[in-house]
Formats: sequence, structure tokens, C-alpha cells
Amino acid sequence: MSTTSDTTIVPVATPSDLLARIAPGVTERLVNYDGHTSRVWTKGSGPTVGVLAGPLGVPRWTPFLDALAATHTVVVPSVPGFPGGGTSYERLDSIADWVTCTLDLLEASGLDGADLVGHSVGGALLAEVAAFSRASVARMVLVAPYGLYDEDSPPANIWAMRSAQAYPTMTVQPSRIGEQTALPEGGDPVEWPIEMQRAVVSGARLFWPLCDVGLAKRLHRIVAPTLLVWGSEDKALAPSYANRFAQAMGATGTVKIIEGAGHLVDLDAPSQLAAAIADHLS
Amino acid sequence: MKQLWFHLMPYTDLPDDFPERYPSVWVDIDKGLFDPVKAHAMYNDFLDEAEYAAELGFDGICFNEHHANGYGLMPSPNIIGAMVARRTRDAAIVIMGASLALYNPPIRVAEEFAMLDLVSGGRLIAGMPVGSPMDTAYCYSTNPSKLREMYYEAHDIIIKAWTADKPFDWNGRHYKLANVNVWQKPIQDPHPVIWIPGGSSVETWAWCAEQDYLYSYLSYFGFKAARATMKGYWNRMAELGKDLNPFRAGFLQFVGVADSREQAMELYREPAEYFYNTCLHLDARWAVAPGYQSELNARLRTTSMVERAAKEAAERQAKTKADKKSGDAAAMASSSKVTMEEIVERGYVIIGSPDEVAEQIRHLATDLNVGNLMMLLQFGNMPKDLVYHNTERYAKEVAPQLSGLFEDQWENRWWPKALGATQRQLPRVAGQ
Repeated sequence: MSTTSDTTIVPVATPSDLLARIAPGVTERLVNYDGHTSRVWTKGSGPTVGVLAGPLGVPRWTPFLDALAATHTVVVPSVPGFPGGGTSYERLDSIADWVTCTLDLLEASGLDGADLVGHSVGGALLAEVAAFSRASVARMVLVAPYGLYDEDSPPANIWAMRSAQAYPTMTVQPSRIGEQTALPEGGDPVEWPIEMQRAVVSGARLFWPLCDVGLAKRLHRIVAPTLLVWGSEDKALAPSYANRFAQAMGATGTVKIIEGAGHLVDLDAPSQLAAAIADHLS
Repeated sequence: MKQLWFHLMPYTDLPDDFPERYPSVWVDIDKGLFDPVKAHAMYNDFLDEAEYAAELGFDGICFNEHHANGYGLMPSPNIIGAMVARRTRDAAIVIMGASLALYNPPIRVAEEFAMLDLVSGGRLIAGMPVGSPMDTAYCYSTNPSKLREMYYEAHDIIIKAWTADKPFDWNGRHYKLANVNVWQKPIQDPHPVIWIPGGSSVETWAWCAEQDYLYSYLSYFGFKAARATMKGYWNRMAELGKDLNPFRAGFLQFVGVADSREQAMELYREPAEYFYNTCLHLDARWAVAPGYQSELNARLRTTSMVERAAKEAAERQAKTKADKKSGDAAAMASSSKVTMEEIVERGYVIIGSPDEVAEQIRHLATDLNVGNLMMLLQFGNMPKDLVYHNTERYAKEVAPQLSGLFEDQWENRWWPKALGATQRQLPRVAGQ
């Protein structure tokens, strides 16, 4: 059998001085599940909420996560392929593989049956998890989740775009993405940008070419009370997708539009997003 | 040394202002620019040219696969190869080749290559490229993050399909196939020789060494730009304990033969400038796809040929826009495009009298240590009579000067062993 000769990258603990710079006040642990290793970041106090991140992953802790940590214990596990998730995404082929991996990751992170937030990529995975395994999710917030395909307004394949096109598609203030992904002092100048690019590759692996993972066939199974949050200026997935989700989910889904925010609502409207989540989970 | 003749089959009638008016020659090229009646003539001219080259004694005739591409009209090189196989006798039919992951199930490739080998009497060289990001990820929607995995698995299926002595099931990661039985056994035993056209991926080099396949570097940027890549390739071969047999490698080179360098500048200026300015006008957004390049290669900061082409196109376009802004029409016309002088200076196209060309090719072949040279003697919008002229002068005045190079020192194990004359079935001649 022919093989590729690429290097496997398994996440290791972030050096404490670097962690203090990119995620101040955050506790880090590594969890192992089914041959994967993922970084899990935790901060805050109060009721637990898990967060599955958007297309960038969480390369550094954000003002949004801080705002949420003011009222909750925020747990952020890294999905394979996203920062802190290593290269084991290369084993994931079908949507069933991705969902199984996410279920394993949530369990390993102590988030089985928890209140959960999923954003964009993480939103698609969380919706799948809630449909495949009802008991795995208590209440959830889906922030501009991928996963559906509307012919009249196709999702943007942000993974096929170069940054000059992708950034303005994802946020109303493109410099915010650069701030998230920029090499931090003490970061590895070779591995850091590769890890940022790996998130793009992982998203592509899941969504290429049309971003339709077949979620439409499964949304009816979701029973977790769900808040759907969308930025009014989302250029990656038009806000009309919020209603498509809500309609397919029936009484379990309610919609909140945040004016002025783009697809990366967490970067564009951090406190409003945190407040909407806290409100739904209160 | 093997001297082969390569045709990209470019659409020869793109508008003069194509680079300014249209975003890309590839992937989203404007459908309104394609004229079927003109394309009918082009295909037939191109086939005439290929058959003429075979008649003049080139060792092989090469075709490749591109999709939605204004400089490559062969979505299926196998169809072209099939036509040429019937109308030629001795030249190798070199399909450079089938992008394996684009065929599902990949046994289709095994079947078609076997048919080509059978019809041609064992003259097929089976090229197996991964395929460009444009062709694979964008034109054929193949997941770029899975492309190489699929490519390697497809390769394994094809080899097994050619060599297994009974039907088999394939329960692979990306392919699930029952009753695989490619009944057409190729003439070449155990299977056609395999060439791997590639950019400068280090994994591809290692894999070629592992499989003992020929690596062919298909660059449009000539021998000067290829030095670093070929040096990297040979260093890798040495590290892996392989000999430095030049027949292990192939290389593509644009060539224009005339009475003199001055005459060649004049004769080949238009087609060369058409190729480098219009045919390579590629939108940078199609030049990369996430996961197409491995992390290993990213670490080594390898720049692929397509990225280079796109970068140069972007630079030309930016320059044009800047010039437009300044209102300097003269600058726009003269400096926004690469000129024949630059094309020759950079070594993209080798030109000159037959002796001058032979000298440069000899230097190239020995410098890069390449035993299989694929000559592009038709390029851009070169008219048929000039293609004939260039091909004939190369065959008669250049090729003989280079024949035998490397052959006293090295064995070419990467060349098809065709059926002998007594076993060959030749096509019926019309009217007989």
C-alpha cells in the first residue's frame, strides 16, 4: 500500500509564558480519545458551557470568551485540525467520522450532555451532534452554523478563498482576523502559521466543495432548545439561513439577529454575543 | 537521450486584450470565447502536427490533461492518444497523463491505458499526475485535503488491476470496489511504464524513488528556473540510495528553431508572447487549494510552478492596472506584459539556429541530468506552417546532434518495450 510521508503533529502543552500571553488566566489540559489528542482551555466560574469554535479555531483567547467567562465556566475543546487539535483530522473522511470524533471530544472534555455553543464550523458539528445523539446536548446556541445549502443563496466556500477575499467575507473588520492569527511573541515562527493554515485545510476537508454536509436531512431530530444567532452583515452565510434552520427545527429553534455583525459574530460583537448566550442559558 | 514532442493544444484564438478583460484562462474562463467551428479546425491541426512529428522520428508524442483551460484543450488526453495511436507506428504515446483521483472508480484509467497499450502495440507511457489545484479541486471538485490519499490509493488499485491474476475486491479507504477485473492485459509486461509528472513536491520525489518511477518536471519556465528543483530531485535520489541515471528524469522545454537567433526572435515572438501573457493569465485564487500542498512541503517553503504562474499573472495585471491609473498607455502596452526578449533571456524558450539550439539543449540536458526531453515546438497561437517548420528543423537539424547522449553510460529502464515488427498489426491504408 502506498503511503504519504507527512509528519503527524500531536498537540503538546503550551509553554506557560506563551499561554499567559495568548490566553491569560486560562487553564489548559490535553485530552486523549480514540487516538486523538486535543487541547482544552477553561476559564471562568459558574455554570459550565462548552464552545466549539468557528473557522479560525481559538488560536488565542478572545474578548468574547472573556465576556462569557464572566458568568460561566467556559470550556473550549480543540477539534482535530484546528489550533490545539493536531493533524489527526486527516483520519476523518465522512460526516459520520467527524460527528463521532466530536462526540468523543465532548465526552473527553467533560461536556457530555452540557450546554453548548457552536460557531460556524463548530455550529455545523454541534448541530450534527445534537441530531445524532440527543442526550449529548442540553441547550445550545448555534452561531451562524454551516451545514445547509440554499440554492438561491449558496454558502461562501471561505476555505477556497485567499485571505484578501476570505477576511472581508467573514468579518466587518478584517484586521480582527489578523489580530487573532498573528504570531505571538514566543510562538514558533514556522509551526504557528502552519497551524493557522491547518484550520483552513480542516474546514475544507469537512465542507469541500459546496459546504453542504447533508444536515438538512437530520435537523428534525434536534430536541435541545436552540438559540440561532446571526450577524446581520454575514457575507459567508446570509442571515436567511437562520430561518431555514429555525423552520427545520420547529419549536426548538429561536432566532436572534445581531445588527452590524458579520459571520464571525464573536469578533464583531463580543459582548452582545456573550449576553445573548447567557440569556438563552439562564 | 530520448527527444519527445509535446503538444499542450492551446486555444489559439483568445482575444488580444484577454489578460485585461478576463479574470482567468482557467477554471472560470468565459464560455463565450469558445468557438466550436474554430476548435474543430484546431483539434484537427493539432493532430496533424502530432502525427507529423511522429513521422519525423520523435521518440514520443506527449499529451496532457486539463479542464476548463484556454491553453490545454485536452480534458481527455486518452481520446487524443487513441487517435494518434492509430496513425503512428513507432513513437511512444505519452499520456502525461490521467489525474488518478478524478476517476471513480479508478479502474477506468487501468482499462483505458490498457486499451491504448494494446492498440499501439505496447507504445504507451502511462503518466500519472496528482493534477493541478485548478483541475482537481476547482474544476472537478475533488476535496484537496483528500486528493493525495485518493491518488495513492487509486494508483495501488490500478497496479493491482493490471497485475492480479484473478478478480479481486478492493476494500480501501476511499474506494470500495467488488469484482475488479481489468480483463484487457496490457502488452507491456507487467504493465506500461509509468511516468510521474509533478511540480517540486518532495513527497512525489520520494515516492518515485520508492516505486522506481520516472519523475518528470513539467515547468513552463525553462531550464534556468528548473535548476534548483532538479538539483533538489537528484540530491534526494542520492540520499535515498538511487543511482543518478538521467533516464530517471523528464523535462519540458519550449524551443524555436530558425536560421539564426534574430530570425527566431521574429518568428516565435507572437506565439511565445501569446503563451506567456495570455495562456498563463491565471487568477491567483485558483492556484492554491487548502490541503493540496502538504505541511511537509509548506515547511520546506516549496513554491509550486502554478503558484509562480499565478503570481506572475497577478503582477502583470497589477502593473497593467497601475499603468491604466497613470494613464500611460505606452507603458501599459510595453511593460505590462512579458516580452520575447525577457522570455528568451530567462530561458523560458530556447531559440536560435539548429546548432545554437542543439548546444543549449545539450547544456540543459547535462546540467539538469535529464535523459527524456519533451520539446514544445508548438506553443501559444503558433500557426500550423510554423509548427511544421519548427518541428521539421528540430527533427532534421537538431535531434541528430543530440542522439545517443547518455546512452553509452546508462540504461533507459523507463521506456516502453513495444511489440516487434513481426507481431505488429498495422492499420489498413485507405483505398486498399
